[in-house]
Amino acid sequence: MCIAMPGKIVELDGMKAKVDFKGTVVNVNVGLIDAKVGDYALVHAGCAIEIMAKDKAEELIELFESLEM
Amino acid sequence: MKITMAHGSGGKDSAELMARIFGKHFSNDILDKMEDAAVLQVNGKIAYSTDSFVVTPIVFNGGDIGKLCICGTVNDLLMMGAQPKYITCGFILEEGLEIETLDKIVKSMGEMAREAGVEIVAGDTKVVEGNGGIFINTSGIGLIQDEINVSASNCNVGDVVILSGDLGDHHACILSARMNMNNGIKSDSACLADITNGLFKNGIRVNTMRDVTRGGLGTVLNEIAEKSSCSIEINEISLPMDEEVKAFADILGLDPMYMANEGKMIAIVNGEDAEKALKSMRETLNGRNAAIIGYVKEGHGVKMITRLGGSRVVDVLYGEGLPRIC
Amino acid sequence: MMEISQVINYLKEYNGPEIKLMEVCGTHTASIFKSGIRSLISPEIKLISGPGCPVCVTPTSYIDKCIDYAMMENHVLVTFGDMIKVPGQSASLSGVKGEGAKVEIMYSPFEVIEKATTNPNITYVIAAVGFETTAPVYALVIEEAIEKGIKNIKLLTSLKTVIPALEWICENEEEIDGFICPGHVSVIIGSEAYAELAKKYKKPFSVAGFEPEHILAAIYDLVRQIEEAGSENKHEKENTVNRFGTEDKTKTVHNLYKNAVKTEGNQKAIGILNKYFDEGPAMWRGLGIIGGSGLYLKTKYEEFDGGSAGLDLDKELPEGCCCGQVIVGRLNPNDCSLFGKACNPTNPYGPCMVSSEGACGIWYRNI
Repeated sequence: MCIAMPGKIVELDGMKAKVDFKGTVVNVNVGLIDAKVGDYALVHAGCAIEIMAKDKAEELIELFESLEM
Repeated sequence: MKITMAHGSGGKDSAELMARIFGKHFSNDILDKMEDAAVLQVNGKIAYSTDSFVVTPIVFNGGDIGKLCICGTVNDLLMMGAQPKYITCGFILEEGLEIETLDKIVKSMGEMAREAGVEIVAGDTKVVEGNGGIFINTSGIGLIQDEINVSASNCNVGDVVILSGDLGDHHACILSARMNMNNGIKSDSACLADITNGLFKNGIRVNTMRDVTRGGLGTVLNEIAEKSSCSIEINEISLPMDEEVKAFADILGLDPMYMANEGKMIAIVNGEDAEKALKSMRETLNGRNAAIIGYVKEGHGVKMITRLGGSRVVDVLYGEGLPRIC
Repeated sequence: MMEISQVINYLKEYNGPEIKLMEVCGTHTASIFKSGIRSLISPEIKLISGPGCPVCVTPTSYIDKCIDYAMMENHVLVTFGDMIKVPGQSASLSGVKGEGAKVEIMYSPFEVIEKATTNPNITYVIAAVGFETTAPVYALVIEEAIEKGIKNIKLLTSLKTVIPALEWICENEEEIDGFICPGHVSVIIGSEAYAELAKKYKKPFSVAGFEPEHILAAIYDLVRQIEEAGSENKHEKENTVNRFGTEDKTKTVHNLYKNAVKTEGNQKAIGILNKYFDEGPAMWRGLGIIGGSGLYLKTKYEEFDGGSAGLDLDKELPEGCCCGQVIVGRLNPNDCSLFGKACNPTNPYGPCMVSSEGACGIWYRNI
C-alpha cells in the first residue's frame, strides 16, 4: 500500500536531502535513515525509509540465486 | 499592467488591446478586414473541429497554452487526414491577467499558426471576474482530398499500430509544475503535420490516426477498438518512454498508459505497409522515436502483453489519474 | 540458481491441490495486475487481494469528517490522490470540490509545513491515511511542526497496522495457505514481525518487493514451502499430516526483499511511531473493528489531532454487496450479484470497487 522509489542522494543538510530520481530532484526528509551523499535511498511520500545497498539488477540476481530449485 | 473588465467592454480599451496584441501577432488578409465574420472559399470535403484549453499553469517548460491551443486543433484536423487551413480563437480572460503574459501567449499562437500553415481568421475576447486566468477555445477547418478516408472505425484485422514517440511527456511536465517538482521534463506540444504529410506522401495505407491526448494511450486505443469492432493487442516492451518521465511517473504511481501527450499520435496502417510507415515516421522530427507497438486482431477490447510475457486488459481511464500513495 | 523463466514455468505447470495465497498490499495488487502475473501461473494457484488497500478499508465516517473540514472556513484539507474519489455517506471529496470545498493534493505530507508557514491563518488538516510505511512520515511532520512552533496543522488519522489484520485473517480464514507480505510496510516493521504468526498458524509468510520478479519469486517460494510441508487443517488439529500428505513443520518468515527489509526493520521509524502514537481499535470496511489495529496520536500531542478517534461508523453496505467476503478471498468479485451491474468503477458501492486497487476494481478491468 506504499509506493516507494529508490533515488540517489545528491545533497544533504541535516535532516533534509535532495534526492535525484533520474532527473527529478525531490526534497526528502532523511530523519529515518543514516544518510550519506551518493547513497540510494528508498523514498516514500517525500521521506527516506531505508538505504538500498544494491542496485535492482544485482538484487534480483541474488534473489533468484537463493530460491530453492 | 493587467487585464481589467474594461478590456472586454468593446470600447477604447478593447480596441487598443486588439491592435496592440491580437492585431500584431495574428495579422493576415482575412482577419485584417475586421468584419463580423470571415468569408472563405472552400471547395470539397472539409474536416471541422473545436477544442477548449484550460490548462494551468498557462506557461510551462516546452510551451504555453497558446502553443497548445493551435497544435491541439491543428492535430485534430490532421488526424482525419485533412490539411488544416483556417483557425478561429475565442478568449476568456480573467481580470488580473498580466498583459505581458497575454502577449507571450498570443505571440506563441501566431508563431505556431505560421509554422502549421494555418490562418487565424476570426476571434473573440471576453473578460470576466477572476484571478488572472485564461481559457482559449479554438476551432479549425481543414480540407480533405477525395481519396483520403481516415476514421477510428476503419481498422482491419492485421493492421499494425505505430506510436510516434515517447509517452507521457506533457502530463509529466504539467504535473511537475503543479506539484513543484524540479526536473527538466518538457511538454511535447507540437503539430504533427510532418508525420501525417510523410505518411500520405509515401503512399502508406493509413486507416486510423489519433493523437494521444487526455486519457492517454489506453483510452484512445479502447475508443478505436470499440468503433472498429476489433481487438488491439500491444506489447509493453515496445512502448517508448523517456527515462526521466518514467522515473517521474514511478514516483507518483502514475500508469504511462493513461498519461497525456500533446505531440504524439498513433497511426494504424495496413499490415503490409508497417515497416515503410515506421521508416516514414522516424524520418521526421516529431516521429523520430516512433515504434510499432501492436496489432489489430479479432475480438474486442485492448490487451497488453507485459514485459514478462503475461497479459493484462487495458481499460479506459477511470477517474483523474492523480498521484497515489498506494 | 533459478531463472525467471524456470520459476514461471514451474508455477504455470503446477497442478497439485488448489493453493490460496493472500497479499495484503494495494501496491502488490496493482503490480500483479499490471504485470499480468495471474495469466502466467496455474489456475490452481489463486492470488487473493486482502484488505491491504488503506483507501478501501476506510469507513465512510472518516471521509465525511474530511469533507466537513474541507468545507469549514479557514481550513484546507490536504490528501493523497487515492482518497479523492472514495464516497462518504453521500459525497466524495472530489464531488464536493464544486461546492467550494478546499481540497489540495499532496505528493508528500511535508509540503504542508510550508503551506502552514505561509498561511498562518489557515488550518491545514492532513487526511493521514496509511499503514506503517506512512505513519512515521506523519509523525515526522508533527515533529517538525513542534520544532518550528507551527500550530495550524492537524492530522485526521486513519492509520492502520498490518499484523492485527493478518492475525484476524489467520483466525477467521482457514483457507488461506500462505501470505505475500507487504514489502514497504516490512521495511518499517521488519521481517521478524511476521514470525509469531507464521509459528502460531503454521503458514508460510514471504516478504516481497514490487517488481514482477519479486512477486513471482515470492509466489514460487510459498508454493514450494506449501508443497513440501503444507499448512495445518484447523479442523483436524490432532492430525499433523496435511492435505498434501506431508508432515507439518514449524513455519518461518522468508525475507525476499533483503535489499530494503532488515529482520529488525527500521528502528528509528519504530521509535518515532512509539513516540507519537498509541494503538487502538480501528474499523476495517468489510471486516469490522479489529482491536489494536489502529494508530492514534498520543494525548500529549492532541492539539495536532483533528478528532480521529471513534470514526468507526460506516455506511451500511448495500444489500447484496459481498465486499466483506471478497476482501478475504471467500468469494470472487464476479460471484457478487451487484458486480458489473449496479456496482462498477464509475458508480462504486463497496470498498472493493472504489479503489483501483480493490479486488473488484481490478477484476472489472480484467474481464
